[in-house]
Amino acid sequence: MARLAEAASGGEDTFPKILLRNARVFGDRTAVREKDLGIWQSWTWSGVLDEIRAFSVGLKDLGLAPGDKVAIIGANRPRLYWSMVAAQALGAIPVPVYADSVAEEMAFVLGHAEVRFAVVEDQEQVDKLLSMDNLPTLEHVIYDEPRGLRDYDHTRLHAYTDVQDRGRKLLSADAGATAAWEQGFQDMNGRDLAVMLYTSGTTGRPKGVMLSFDNLIVSARNGNAFDSLNETEEVLAYLPMAWIGDHVFSLAQAFTAGYCVNCPESLDTIDVDRLEIAPTYFFAPPRVFENLLTRIMVRMEDAGRIKRSMFHFFMGVARRSGEKILNGEAVPFTDRVLYRLGEYLVYGPLKNRIGFTRLKVGYTAGEAIGPEIFQFFRALGLNLKQLYGQTEASVYITLQPDGEIFGDTVGKPAPGVELKIADNGEVLYRSPGVFVGYYKNDEATKSTKTPEGWVHTGDAGIIAENGHLKIIDRAKDVGKLTDGSLFAPKYIENKLKFFPNIKEAVAFGHERDKVCVFLNIDLTAVGSWAERNNVNYASYQELAAHPDVYGMIQAHVDQVNKDLSQEPMMAGAQIHRFLILHKELDADDGELTRTQKVRRSFIAERYEPLIEALYDGSTSKHVRTEVVYEDGRKGAIEATVEIRELTPYPASGATREAAE
Amino acid sequence: MNAIVTKESLPEPRPASERELLLRVDNVSLSFGGVKAITDISFDIRKGEVRAIIGPNGAGKTSMLNVINGFYHPQEGTITWRGEVRRKMRPYEAASQGIARTFQNVALFKGMTTLDNIMSGRSLKMSRNFFWQLLWRGPAEREEIEHRRKVEEIIDFLEIQAIRKTPVGRLPYGLQKRVELGRALAMEPELLLLDEPMAGMNLEEKEDMSRFILDVNSEFGTTIALIEHDMGVVMDLSDRVVVLDYGKKIADGTPEEVQANQAVIDAYLGVSH
Repeated sequence: MARLAEAASGGEDTFPKILLRNARVFGDRTAVREKDLGIWQSWTWSGVLDEIRAFSVGLKDLGLAPGDKVAIIGANRPRLYWSMVAAQALGAIPVPVYADSVAEEMAFVLGHAEVRFAVVEDQEQVDKLLSMDNLPTLEHVIYDEPRGLRDYDHTRLHAYTDVQDRGRKLLSADAGATAAWEQGFQDMNGRDLAVMLYTSGTTGRPKGVMLSFDNLIVSARNGNAFDSLNETEEVLAYLPMAWIGDHVFSLAQAFTAGYCVNCPESLDTIDVDRLEIAPTYFFAPPRVFENLLTRIMVRMEDAGRIKRSMFHFFMGVARRSGEKILNGEAVPFTDRVLYRLGEYLVYGPLKNRIGFTRLKVGYTAGEAIGPEIFQFFRALGLNLKQLYGQTEASVYITLQPDGEIFGDTVGKPAPGVELKIADNGEVLYRSPGVFVGYYKNDEATKSTKTPEGWVHTGDAGIIAENGHLKIIDRAKDVGKLTDGSLFAPKYIENKLKFFPNIKEAVAFGHERDKVCVFLNIDLTAVGSWAERNNVNYASYQELAAHPDVYGMIQAHVDQVNKDLSQEPMMAGAQIHRFLILHKELDADDGELTRTQKVRRSFIAERYEPLIEALYDGSTSKHVRTEVVYEDGRKGAIEATVEIRELTPYPASGATREAAE
Repeated sequence: MNAIVTKESLPEPRPASERELLLRVDNVSLSFGGVKAITDISFDIRKGEVRAIIGPNGAGKTSMLNVINGFYHPQEGTITWRGEVRRKMRPYEAASQGIARTFQNVALFKGMTTLDNIMSGRSLKMSRNFFWQLLWRGPAEREEIEHRRKVEEIIDFLEIQAIRKTPVGRLPYGLQKRVELGRALAMEPELLLLDEPMAGMNLEEKEDMSRFILDVNSEFGTTIALIEHDMGVVMDLSDRVVVLDYGKKIADGTPEEVQANQAVIDAYLGVSH
C-alpha cells in the first residue's frame, strides 16, 4: 500500500516524468534491446531519453498538439514504444492498433479515434493507410522501416529518422529547448489520459478503452510489488502492442520498475530470441505453453532410447514432487535427491532449450490453461502462475500468489482490487486500474461501469472458500439445454482443447436438446502422429477427415464425457455428436478474434448447414466454405464432413457424493 | 479523398526503352549438334528495368539465359555487355562482371545453413587469399565481418531471419527459392537472371517472391531478367517482355503490346507450324 500512496502523491505520475527519473537513476542500465542484423543492439535509459526527446520535439515541429491521437501500428519495435511516450510528452494520446487487422477493421479504429498522426512500422502499413480514403483527420504518417518507400510522395509521409533529425536540430540550435520540452509535461498529472486501447471485440465493433496515467502506473507498481520485480528483470516484447498485456508488461511495468525490454528480430524468431535473452519475467497466453509442450513431446519421441527413458523417469519424479518443492512443501528425502539430480540431467538443459533458465515468474492468462500443461512447467521448477485481467482493469484483477497455485482458479484479487459476484453469477470488480470510459461511447461506459465504480467483466464465476476466483464462462454464453441442465460452452471446449490433438473446439447446445461440437485438430500433434503411423496426407483437410484421426478424436471426446459425468452441475451437458471441421478456424476469415478466441455467433452463422446436420441425425454433410487469403482474394474449400455419435455416461456425480 | 499519397502523385518512371543500355544481344544463334536452340535472336536489356523472357516449353528461354551468363557460347552473333563486345568466357567471369543468377531447379548446398549458402555468394568478393584466411586474425577477420554484415542485410531484406541457421535441405521449397535469391543478391549483381523464380510455388509464396523482386529492383537498382510461366506475374512485374518460340523471337515490347500480339497468341494457343 505504501507504493499505492507513492503513485497517488506527487511522485512521477506520468511516463514522460518517469522517463526523466529513469534516465537519472538508471542512466547506464540497459533499457531496451532489439535484435537487428543478427546482433542484439541495446540502448540505456539515458539513450532512450535522448531518442524519445528528439522524436518528440520533431513531432511537435510537425504540428502535434495536446489532445491529438497518434495511431501506433506495427510489430514490437523500440521506436514504436518510444513514439508512445514521445506523444505523451506533448499531451497527445497514443492509440496502438493491431497491426494484422484487415484494412476495414483498422479504418474503423483510426476513424473512430480521429487520429491525426500515425507512426507505423513499414511499407505494408503505409500501403494499408493509403488504401483508406475516408480518414479526414489523418494528416501525417511516419514510418520506421524505409524499405520500398523511397519513391512515395513525402509531403505528408515522413521517415522516423527524419522527424528525429528535425528534433535534434531544433534541440541543438536552441540551448533552452531541452528544458522547454521537459517543462512542457510538468503540468500534466496522473488523471490525464495516457493511452487508448481498442478491445479486439469478441462481439460488435471494437471499443476504445481510455486509460489514465494513474490507471496504468498504479497497476504497474502494484504488479511489480506483488512479484517483487525490479530493474534487473528482462522481458521479451512479442505480443501485439495494441493489447493491454503488452502495454503494461513492456511499457508501464518496464518504466515503473526500470527493467529491460527485448524486442525480437521478427515474429518468426521468437523461440531463438527467447533462448538468447532468457527472460526473468515472461507472459504468454496458454497456447504458447501448449505449443512448447507439444514440441518438447514430439522431439522426445524422436530422441534416442537412453535420452527418452531418462526424460520419462525424471519427469515422473518432477510430476510427483516438483510442484511441492516449488511450493515449499515437504517431500520424501529420496525425491529431493532425485529432483536435484534431474535438475542437472534433464530439467536444467530442457529449461535452457526453451529459454526459461532465468525465469523468476511467468504468467499465463486470456484462456484457461490445460492442467497437464500447467503442471508440466511447474514441475520443472518454473514459477508459472495464472492471472485474470481485462483491458478495462489495466490488466490485473486477480493473481495467483506464490505458493497458492490451483489449476482451476485464477487466483486472489490483485493489490487494491475489490471483487464481488452479481446475482446472475457475473464477476464485478473495482480497482485503481479501472478505466476512465469508452471513447465516444457513453452508453457502453454506463452499461459496463456502475456509478460506484464497479465494472462488469462479462464473465461468470464463483469465489471459492479459499478466496480464489474461479471463472466458468462468459456470462452471456452460459445457457441452458431444453431439459434445463446448465450449458457452459467454454467449459466443455476447454476440456476438449486440453488434449494436444485438439486445437480448437466450438460447442453448441443453448436451447437445444443436446450438446454437439465442432473440432479442429492440431496439425503439429496429429501430423507427428501421422508420420509415426505411416498415415499419408497432403493437407489439413485430408488429415482431418482420416478415419483413424476420427477414431482418436472420438476417444478424446468420450474421455471428456466421462469427466463431465463426474460433475453434478455439468453431467447433463455431455457431448452427443461431433465433427472435425474441414478447415482450420482463422482470424483472417473472421472466425477467431485477433487474440485467437473463437467468435461463436459468427461461426454459428457461417457453418449453419453443418450445425443443422449435427442436429438432424445425418452421418455426413457436404459443405462449401468461402475463405479469404492473406491478400484479400477469395477462394473456396469444399468437403464432405463426417459426423460421429457418442453415448453419454450416466451422471455419476450424485452417487459419488452420496458415497462420500 | 484524403489519402496521404495518391498513386497519381508518384513520379512517372522513365519508359524502359529510353534508359541506358546494359546488355545487347545481336543475331545470336546457338545449336547443339543438329538441334537449333536459338536462331538469330536480338534484343537488349536496359539499366534498371525488369525484363521478362517468355515462351512455350522448349522455346529456348533457359538457353538464352545460359548464353547471357556465359555458360553457353553462341556459334553466331555477339553479346555486348556495358558497351563492350564480350569474348568467349566462363560463367565465373560473367559473375565477376556483375551477372548473378538463380536456377530453375534449386541449386543450393543442401547440407549448409542458409547463412553459409548466402555467404558463399560473397566468395568472389573476398580479396584475402588462402593464407590470410588460414591466419584468420586481422585483415581476414575484418573482411569476414564486413561480408557477414552484407549477408545479414540480405537476410533482413528477404525476411529469412528465422531460418538463418537452418540447413537448407530441411526448408520448404518456397523458402529454398528465397535463399537462392539471397545468394544471387550477395554478389551485389548489376544484372540478375532469374530462371522461373516462382515455379512450383503457391499463391502466397508467389506474392512474396514478386514483392521481393520488385523491392530488389527499386531498392538496389538491380536490373532483372526473368523467365516465368505465370502470365499474371509477368504482366505485373515486367517493364518489357521478349517472347521466344521455337528458338526464334516472335515479339518484343511492353506487356500490353505483347499481350495484343497475334503471333504470341498463336504461339501460346498453338497453330500448326
